[in-house]
Amino acid sequence: MTDSKYFTTTKKGEVFELKTELQSDKKEKKKEAVKKVIASMTVGKDVSALFPDVLNCIQTDNLELKKLVYLYLMNYAKSQPDMAIMAVNTFVRDCEDSNPLIRALAVRTMGCIRVDKIIDYLCQPLRNCLKDEDPYVRKTAAVCVAKLHDINAQLVEDQGFLDQLRDLLSDSNPMVVANAVAAISEILETSPTAQQVLEMNSSTINKLLTALNECTEWGQVFILDAISNYTPKDDKEAQSICERVTPRLAHANAAVVLSAVKVVMKFMEMLEANSEYISTLVKKLAPPLVTLLSAEPEIQYVALRNINLVVQKRPEILKNEMKVFFVKYNDPIYVKLEKLDIMIRLTSQANIAQVLAELKEYATEVDVDFVRKSVRAIGRCAIKVEPAAERCVSTLLDLIQTKVNYVVQEAIVVIKDIFRKYPNKYESIIATLCENLDTLDEPEARASMIWIIGEYAERIDNADELLESFLEGFQDENTQVQLQLLTAIVKLFLKRPTDTQDLVQQVLSLATQDSDNPDLRDRGYIYWRLLSTDPAAAKEVVLAEKPLISEETDLIEPTLLDELICNISSLASVYHKPPNAFVEGSKSSLRKILPPRSQSGNVGDDQPSPPAEAPSAPAATVIPGVDSLIGDLLDMDLGGPSMQQQQMYPPQPTSQTPVQGGGGMDLLGEGLDSLLGGPAPSGDSLGGLGDIFGMPTAQSYVPPQEVWLPASKGKGLEVTGTFSRKQGNVIMELTFANKAMQPMTGFAIQFNKNSFGLMPASPINIPSALLPNQSTSYSLQLSTMGAVQRMDPLANLQVAIKNNIDVFYFSCLVPMHALFVEDGEMEKRVFLATWKDIPAQNEVQHEICNVQHNADTISQKLKNNNVFTIAKRNVEGQDMLYQSLKLTNGIWVLAELKIQPNNPNFMLSLKARAMDVYQGIQQAFDNILHN
Amino acid sequence: MIGGLFIYNHKGEVLISRVYRDDIGRNAVDAFRVNVIHARQQVRSPVTNIARTSFFHIKRSNIWLAAVTKQNVNAAMVFEFLLKMVEVMQSYFGKITEENVKNNFVLIYEILDEILDFGYPQNTDTGILKTFITQQGVKSQSKEETSQITSQVTGQIGWRREGIKYRRNELFLDVLESVNLLMSPQGQVLSAHVAGRIVMKSYLSGMPECKFGINDKVLMDTRGRSNMDESSSRTGATSGKSSIAIDDCQFHQCVKLSKFETEHSISFIPPDGEFELMKYRTTKDISLPFRVIPLVREVGRSKMEVKVVVKSNFKPSLLAQKVEVRIPTPLNTSGVQVICMKGRAKYKASENAIVWKIKRMGGMKECQLSAEIELLNTSDKKKWTRPPISMNFEVPFAPSGFKVRYLKVFEPKLNYSDHDVIKWVRYIGRSGHYETRC
Repeated sequence: MTDSKYFTTTKKGEVFELKTELQSDKKEKKKEAVKKVIASMTVGKDVSALFPDVLNCIQTDNLELKKLVYLYLMNYAKSQPDMAIMAVNTFVRDCEDSNPLIRALAVRTMGCIRVDKIIDYLCQPLRNCLKDEDPYVRKTAAVCVAKLHDINAQLVEDQGFLDQLRDLLSDSNPMVVANAVAAISEILETSPTAQQVLEMNSSTINKLLTALNECTEWGQVFILDAISNYTPKDDKEAQSICERVTPRLAHANAAVVLSAVKVVMKFMEMLEANSEYISTLVKKLAPPLVTLLSAEPEIQYVALRNINLVVQKRPEILKNEMKVFFVKYNDPIYVKLEKLDIMIRLTSQANIAQVLAELKEYATEVDVDFVRKSVRAIGRCAIKVEPAAERCVSTLLDLIQTKVNYVVQEAIVVIKDIFRKYPNKYESIIATLCENLDTLDEPEARASMIWIIGEYAERIDNADELLESFLEGFQDENTQVQLQLLTAIVKLFLKRPTDTQDLVQQVLSLATQDSDNPDLRDRGYIYWRLLSTDPAAAKEVVLAEKPLISEETDLIEPTLLDELICNISSLASVYHKPPNAFVEGSKSSLRKILPPRSQSGNVGDDQPSPPAEAPSAPAATVIPGVDSLIGDLLDMDLGGPSMQQQQMYPPQPTSQTPVQGGGGMDLLGEGLDSLLGGPAPSGDSLGGLGDIFGMPTAQSYVPPQEVWLPASKGKGLEVTGTFSRKQGNVIMELTFANKAMQPMTGFAIQFNKNSFGLMPASPINIPSALLPNQSTSYSLQLSTMGAVQRMDPLANLQVAIKNNIDVFYFSCLVPMHALFVEDGEMEKRVFLATWKDIPAQNEVQHEICNVQHNADTISQKLKNNNVFTIAKRNVEGQDMLYQSLKLTNGIWVLAELKIQPNNPNFMLSLKARAMDVYQGIQQAFDNILHN
Repeated sequence: MIGGLFIYNHKGEVLISRVYRDDIGRNAVDAFRVNVIHARQQVRSPVTNIARTSFFHIKRSNIWLAAVTKQNVNAAMVFEFLLKMVEVMQSYFGKITEENVKNNFVLIYEILDEILDFGYPQNTDTGILKTFITQQGVKSQSKEETSQITSQVTGQIGWRREGIKYRRNELFLDVLESVNLLMSPQGQVLSAHVAGRIVMKSYLSGMPECKFGINDKVLMDTRGRSNMDESSSRTGATSGKSSIAIDDCQFHQCVKLSKFETEHSISFIPPDGEFELMKYRTTKDISLPFRVIPLVREVGRSKMEVKVVVKSNFKPSLLAQKVEVRIPTPLNTSGVQVICMKGRAKYKASENAIVWKIKRMGGMKECQLSAEIELLNTSDKKKWTRPPISMNFEVPFAPSGFKVRYLKVFEPKLNYSDHDVIKWVRYIGRSGHYETRC
């Protein structure tokens, strides 16, 4: 007789039949009936109507039957709270049974019945069970506290269960300790108030480390995960914990290994970067990580996702283990894709030959996604390892010859990137690429091909024909392709103006008149006006030199990476997303962050230590992933730095004489006017341009004037003033007011030595005498060539003013932003490297309250004051602006501005080598943003 | 932690559904069925996030096991748990099939209740579970019995019960290695590693403490001096390299890891019966038992010639068994003629491969197979991707050079000594992924 028959009954009146069976006197029949009920419950039938009948079976000495009834109760108690209360007596009695298995069963089940009324009865039995003589009951009761906390946190705290739970950490039985730790970790995650009671300290950590050696594999995972949430008080403690955790790396259970890796990776941050112990740890971490790759594929997948993080954080750990990531023919696809990702990260000049041979092999496999990724990987190798670029390109050409449609398309997309990285090096292959024009049907590939044609239009004889062929179906193209085509044709026109006017007119009218896409239309108008007003400027804009692209892509943004490192082995590390991106509610709102490097024991070591990565580690470069990189590539005519330059120094309207191909241009101008079909006054067009570029608003912030020298102290002379920045100079705006009874003449000004070497660029020159009750304003240009002496506060400036009456002294504060220079824009790559390079303890946070602007306005406002936004990211719904600025004395300051939606308070983190400037800069940010 | 655990058949019907947490509703059961089991495309990841609920799944034959959660759980632990769950079920009722799951659903619920509490894995050792979760229903246990059970479930040595007695104390050690190889057509080793397992069957009385010695370089270097006599006499007999470099090893939870770390000794109290004592991995100095030399020539569009030479590379006195070479053929193969000097070769159309079987093959021998493959003309532009030639075999030695040096048994409380224990050691090398590209 088998139990599977219970799954098959589907007759009508089944419930009624079950009811009678449940009421049967025969024990066997009763049990059969309950089994049927459970089977129905499993397949999703509603058997809640049987609640009282099933409940009647609860009083039995048959443990199997009891368990089934309990299972039923757990499922339906919530829908029948009044009935469920009837079970309480049995629970309470069972909690005092002589058999520990029954005591534990009762307390375990009771915790799962989420009915408020039952909870009140649960407290006393639970309290007893936490002190039970049997460890099996205690370990079950420990978890029950977490269950109860989930239902009613306040009750748990009021009843003192937290204290009891904490006491269990000292239990003699390791499994009780492990379950207590699990419960505590869960409670801490949801309830910040429990912190005071359950806070881990070094003595509890010690107890845990002792229990670690003796408990089950799962218990070890709970303990290691709990330890990873602890922050050691100094590097010594961090090291001693690491020493006791590393033996776990040899455990057969992958979860134990990964949790140990998490603890080690996190605590390594606290150790001195170049210490010997770090290199020991690095050596110890590699083998267990590699071994995880021989586990079941699902475990491999989790391991690979985590290795991806480890490799980004500390590339030195696995730099010699490339081979183990080679893809096996039978690997599941998800393992293959992850391995490929890690292979690219580990690629270096040393192993490029092997990697390339592998990638070529993969590019002939069956799975389309995998093949595409492999082809893309070849391109990334070319960009990453310069000496191998040529080999990569020829491999890609081979692949294009296979004529497999998606291979060709993918190859063209990456070749475009290679052209960007190595301009003017591989144009010889363009002919081959052009042969495949017809087969391209994906927008990205088409756009890439068009970009290549536009970029090298002067070398492709039939570029006009090629582009024209794309133009035929302009309306049906993807926006990406349309934008690219527009730009490419304008490029072509600028390079070969004589025979391509028709084409450019055609595309401009298509873009501006027949399209309802605002991006396309705007770009079309910009080109149009540029071409019609100032072809030279157009050339400068459209054919500007492009910034080089970065070597690494897909890098996880550093703060996120650090957070993920703290979440190794967890779901967050699998998704590569912070926990609050997929966990509901305000739970786990506590972001896990890496501990700062401890300072104990290395006093006197003032120099900023070199970054943790070995020099061989590729400098992490641009933040954005593939998508944004591609966006950058295609849109650079508008969004790139070249354009920003334009924005700052608007093109001076030059003479109308065209520089090249004059006749063509004139013709075009007329043609365009007529095409626009109406009043298109050319004089207005520049204004329009200005509008688009937002020129009129580009003004830097000037604080209101304040009184520097009151008349009472200046013998009637009142000096008010402020500082501003104009045309790259610091300007001191002075207003002299004569409140005395006699005219004043012979003004002169002098500065004391100051922090930034400010001095008047020329003597003050007030031509006529300043009569009583008169005032005059004067803009004094300052230079920064003067003598330097550190002042306190830093921006303090001591000024002496002389006139025919006396010499007066006063001091004023130079607002720091007047010292931000125009070329303070760092390259992304440099920015990232610098950010990493500056020790973490130099980072200082400052809250800017009550700002009523969005990220874009802010970035514009700051830019007007020479604070440049290098990158903007959106992390977990908040905007992060990464900014750089440079002071007149060459000090670079990096800033990270965190803007949360609906929160007027921004968080500003500054990083610089000289921390003295922070205060002034924070002040400057405050002023600029509140202006 | 784990919020719920579901078992489905291949159609997506629920066989077992156990919910541990309130945040998992009944709709989660359906969400997995619709989005994963019934999904049109092959599943691309073992972890799926559907509407902020994460599903972890593994599949055994036709049965899906899925763990569900809404929290940021330890993903490695969830998969380890699912695998353990499979192991436990197998040890109770054999293969995981729909029929078996249905027949044992009460038992499965009972196990799930025991090994997962509020989503936290508890003791999952099958030996211990079987002492108090039985299919026969629970006999009423005496007080001593139950307290023994609970102390084992929670105990420090959770994998062994007290009071085991054997008339004959005996133990078996199997050194099982699987050799993995990826070779280029030119005979260059692209990657090779040995994944070894030591499986022990122990039939020992009492609570015996065991010490295990192997020829690992690190262990030998640190412990070598004390055991010099023993090791020199053994290695003299076996010849060849005396120690090997183990990249990494992992141990059963009975092995005292802290002792291994500090004293480089492997000591443990073994579970009763069969268990996997240790796993290890080596990549250096592997003696590859076979070498495959492929030669593929495409003769026009409709014919291919394949020649495969297999060379055995071990002592002539040893015999390899179950040798099988699998030569993939293109999908548009219409006919194959095979000639081989030894063994039997057949073209298996359903598997798109020529399967060449050799029952036994001595060391230092060479066999050859040649085949003509006729191809249908196809319009398919795409090139055939030529999967690698793979091999299966079994050899009576450890390709990594791994040697058991000693296994000593101490049981201070009972009156048997190390010498009274009968010990058996066996070495088997098997093929893992043993592939040569062609």
